[in-house]
Amino acid sequence: MSEKSFFLSSSIGKKISMGLTGLFLISFLIVHVSVNSCIFINDGGITFNAAAHFMATNPLIRLIEIGLFAGLILHIIFALLLTLENKKARPIGYEKINGSANSNWYSRSMGILGSLLLIFLVVHLAHFWIDTKIAVFTGKADKHNTFNEMKEVFSNWYIVALYLIGVGSLLFHILHGFQSAFQTLGLNHKKYTPIIKKIGLWFSIIVCLLFASMPVAIFTELIK
Amino acid sequence: MSQGNMNLTLKVWKQKNKNEKGRFETFDAKGISPDMSFLEMFDVVNEHLISSGKEPIAFDHDCREGICGMCSMYINGRPHGPKQGVTTCQLHMRSFKDGDTIVVEPWRSAAFPVIKDLAVDRSSFDRIMASGGFVSINTGNAKDANNILIPKYDADDAFNAAACIGCGACVAACKNSSAMLFVSAKVSQLALLPQGKIEKRDRVLNMVKQMDEEGFGNCTNTGACEAECPKSISLENIARMNREYLKASLT
Ligand code: SF4
Ligand code: FES
Repeated sequence: MSEKSFFLSSSIGKKISMGLTGLFLISFLIVHVSVNSCIFINDGGITFNAAAHFMATNPLIRLIEIGLFAGLILHIIFALLLTLENKKARPIGYEKINGSANSNWYSRSMGILGSLLLIFLVVHLAHFWIDTKIAVFTGKADKHNTFNEMKEVFSNWYIVALYLIGVGSLLFHILHGFQSAFQTLGLNHKKYTPIIKKIGLWFSIIVCLLFASMPVAIFTELIK
Repeated sequence: MSQGNMNLTLKVWKQKNKNEKGRFETFDAKGISPDMSFLEMFDVVNEHLISSGKEPIAFDHDCREGICGMCSMYINGRPHGPKQGVTTCQLHMRSFKDGDTIVVEPWRSAAFPVIKDLAVDRSSFDRIMASGGFVSINTGNAKDANNILIPKYDADDAFNAAACIGCGACVAACKNSSAMLFVSAKVSQLALLPQGKIEKRDRVLNMVKQMDEEGFGNCTNTGACEAECPKSISLENIARMNREYLKASLT
């Protein structure tokens, strides 16, 4: 006989939720990086603004946006719950730990990387998302020029530096998170796991390089 | 034991009992042979302590050949010390240098309370086993060996999972004190075989529930357990248990 415990209160249930929300958030990155890459056309932001306008006003995208925030909040809540439990599981720590002997530093630092990402995200939303929202809700979406806003924000070297730290945290967070999600969902296979790890590696590198090059290109005025 | 030529300093966790607050104490290990095992080095230190009227250092050990899993020692920041795929009793002093200072700590986990010094209470593992780590069929007479056909791959995987000696190094190594590698090895060794398939649903639900109740942490897939496991139990077992648990929860 088994007494089933509530799926989401079990350790594996919470882990699976972390993995699923994580993969969902990763899928958003693909959209985000694609839309933003329009700035590389270097046409004074015409293509980019059109894409940004579509993303800000399309009703379907609006709906998905709500799901995105829900996924983000769930990801954070489960992370906090799991971290608290993990802290409780080892009340007295070790005097000497040789972590690098058995695991990658970034796999052991998901909490710190995630927290850095969250701080970055708040700043990032304050820079772009809030203004866009205000423009949409006051009916000024047509006049809102996200590209100009980008140029303004990225004229500050310390903001560019902050974005680079944010993107760097993202890189290592998904470098571990991507393959970790598949392991949590039960997919560990001699043939497929090395492929998943490779995809995760190249995905993190490509997406983060693209993201990082945006503030840098605007700051250095390669893109005008 | 031949008199050796290594002199070491040990920084060892001393704790009277479960309730007392422990602390580190420093001991000299003199005349150690590089051919001694780590436990034999402790024997030498303890004999000196006893002959000078002091209390010896308490540590767990039994088989001293890497099969019982008792010799729990967290040595210089790693369970079972610097070598891969060995237990503390299989670790030799030649892995250290003359003059080294070695830090020795007990497994650290809320689910493994310290009994005394380096000895910890791992009965939480027993309770997980009792919750589902068995096959409850009436076996009757021994059947013909080929009566139940088992694919070679499954037999190999089950055998590899069954190599787990329940030492707890996975928990000790894990930054979250997670017992997933141990529990997944036990779930796998039975779920892979026909005799264990019958109860596989209840088994995984019950064992994970017991694991959570014992206060182990949650796995974040750092892979430290697999790297430190003296029996090289694979992370594939954890993925298998996640699958089994998901399936069992959905049905
Ligand atoms: S999985 Fe490995 S480290 Fe964990 S208890 Fe079993 S043998 Fe020890
Ligand atoms: S004493 Fe038995 S495994 Fe080390």
